[in-house]
Amino acid sequence: MYRYDEFDHDFVGQRVAQYRDQVERRLSGEITEDAFKPLRLMNGVYLQLHAYMLRVAIPYGTLNSTQMRRLARIARDYDKGYGHFTTRQNIQFNWPKLSDTPAILEELAEVEMHAIQTSGNCIRNVSADHFSGAAADEVADPRPYAEILRQWSSNHPEYSFLPRKFKIAVTGAERDRAAIQVHDIGLHLKRNEAGELGFAVYVGGGQGRTPMIARKIRDFLPEADLLSYTTAIMRVYNLNGRRDNKYKARIKILVHETGEAEFARQVEAEWDKLKASELKLPDADLRAIAAYFAPPELQDRAEGWAGLAARKKDDEGFASWVRQNVTPHKHPDYGVVTISLKPIGGVPGDATDVQMEAIADLAERYSHDEIRVSHEQNLVLPHVALADLEKVYHALLEQDLATANAGLITDIIACPGLDYCALANARSIPVAQEISNRFASAQRQQEIGALKIKISGCINACGHHHVGHIGLLGVEKKGAELYQITLGGSGDENTSIGQIVGRGFEPEKVTDAVETIVDTYLGLRESAEETFIDAYRRVGPEPFKEALYGKTSRAA
Amino acid sequence: MMKVLTANRLTDGIAVWLGANGRWLERIDHALIARHREAVDALEQAGQSAFHDNLIVDVAVIDVDEVDGEIYPIRLRERIRAKGPTFRTDLGKQAEFQQASAA
Repeated sequence: MYRYDEFDHDFVGQRVAQYRDQVERRLSGEITEDAFKPLRLMNGVYLQLHAYMLRVAIPYGTLNSTQMRRLARIARDYDKGYGHFTTRQNIQFNWPKLSDTPAILEELAEVEMHAIQTSGNCIRNVSADHFSGAAADEVADPRPYAEILRQWSSNHPEYSFLPRKFKIAVTGAERDRAAIQVHDIGLHLKRNEAGELGFAVYVGGGQGRTPMIARKIRDFLPEADLLSYTTAIMRVYNLNGRRDNKYKARIKILVHETGEAEFARQVEAEWDKLKASELKLPDADLRAIAAYFAPPELQDRAEGWAGLAARKKDDEGFASWVRQNVTPHKHPDYGVVTISLKPIGGVPGDATDVQMEAIADLAERYSHDEIRVSHEQNLVLPHVALADLEKVYHALLEQDLATANAGLITDIIACPGLDYCALANARSIPVAQEISNRFASAQRQQEIGALKIKISGCINACGHHHVGHIGLLGVEKKGAELYQITLGGSGDENTSIGQIVGRGFEPEKVTDAVETIVDTYLGLRESAEETFIDAYRRVGPEPFKEALYGKTSRAA
Repeated sequence: MMKVLTANRLTDGIAVWLGANGRWLERIDHALIARHREAVDALEQAGQSAFHDNLIVDVAVIDVDEVDGEIYPIRLRERIRAKGPTFRTDLGKQAEFQQASAA
């Protein structure tokens, strides 16, 4: 993975020193809250309901065991013994003292981490397929390009005051695990007929109060043109994006209002001026960054095959975990392990300091020192030999981290919601917990198959409800929580935005409603192979509406 | 009309309420209740003043009720601030002050 060079160390070190001074001046009353707030936000420090919250960037969701151990230590020494992994592949600490935050940032800097650009109207942490560099179906590792974008966008003066925040995601496989079509820019790394690497470029996707699917404005952008073309997009946005209305300031609104063809034309015109400039990436630079992400040297471990089959036979729990949480690796003797942070009835995305340390140990011993954070709020060990799976499984089991539910109905995404968040209107986590408990049976989950439930506690959609197969949006109505249900959303290569199915449900009724939807699906699917989303796309919302509200709802 | 004044403490962000003794309290139980317009104005003024003195941030006057002699914030958001996360009773005021009684 990428290692800081002298410039990076210097840059992050300087920022920590500046921030330490800013906090000291704030605490002594030398600067006002109005002056200080943007400064703390630039360093990932928010104020939430109970305390400050620190959001730490995990670039493209990749970290090593040293970094994970440091996150655990911060959770223990400065927080309340846990952290929350987010849908942006970051981690948040919920209880830090403002006076401790400079020391925390110092601790992070020591392990090449920071919280820069995790807030504000700038280019945020670039997210990536969490299986990058490991998945069998990948064309090429997209992370070197994410790293190039990170370096280019960090502290870039031209992008420090964008109309609104800006999120970029990259994937290197046909199967989109990074939800690129609901990002401001989505980059799909692929090869052209000549075998050269380049990107399909999507622009103007996003969730929030106006969900939109990104438009593909270029089918193949040569890799060397990544920065010049991205700069062209940013310039069109920076110039024309709306600054008069916060709710219309994202690039999706600009693309929508300008029209896809005209927007693409403006980008191409801007790009014409830039493509021969110093922004063109020299091949040597591309290769130098790519070298940081060279795949680990994986020895053949063919002995794993026979042993794995035998052990699966002996242990049904292990067999179902392998089936559900281990996916194919480029190297046939290896697997990609998803560590579920969704124990039955647990808090989606939360991990204790002890769990983080256990995962760091496993990464070091069995996964070439690499860990990933997925946007689905799970962790990943990307390079585990099949021969080691059983040892990893048992170690995870001890830490309550071996729930075999990746991609199933209890693998729920949920934002922090009203239990923590100052923006939220309703709680998310307790709803996720109740649904998880209702569908706790492993057998029942298997029978239901692939089904993504995503829950947001407000319209900002941090819980990605718009792209949940079943999405839940918590709102406040007459002082009480109410949950609106959307159906048919999807955040993959066939992205769709879920449609509201009808009137919302009170907290005590929402789990029943989800169960009604699931039972309706089970009753109408053509076979066990027809997944929820496929069935929904075949039959549409009516059978679900009828099951939820009765036939009379049609007139409403 | 019943209102209390709440904020988060500057140094650590912890939720606090203005008490009858003029101090910022870590629990809502003994918050000063304003029962008429003038008293609310006084609360707002006290909030402004503490904000300018760099003691607190995010200051707000919130609606409360009295239930069995205890202060009960009208909005769920404020009840959660007064107790802690609803699914983790080992955290927040509800854990720190066993008799926290806001929700």
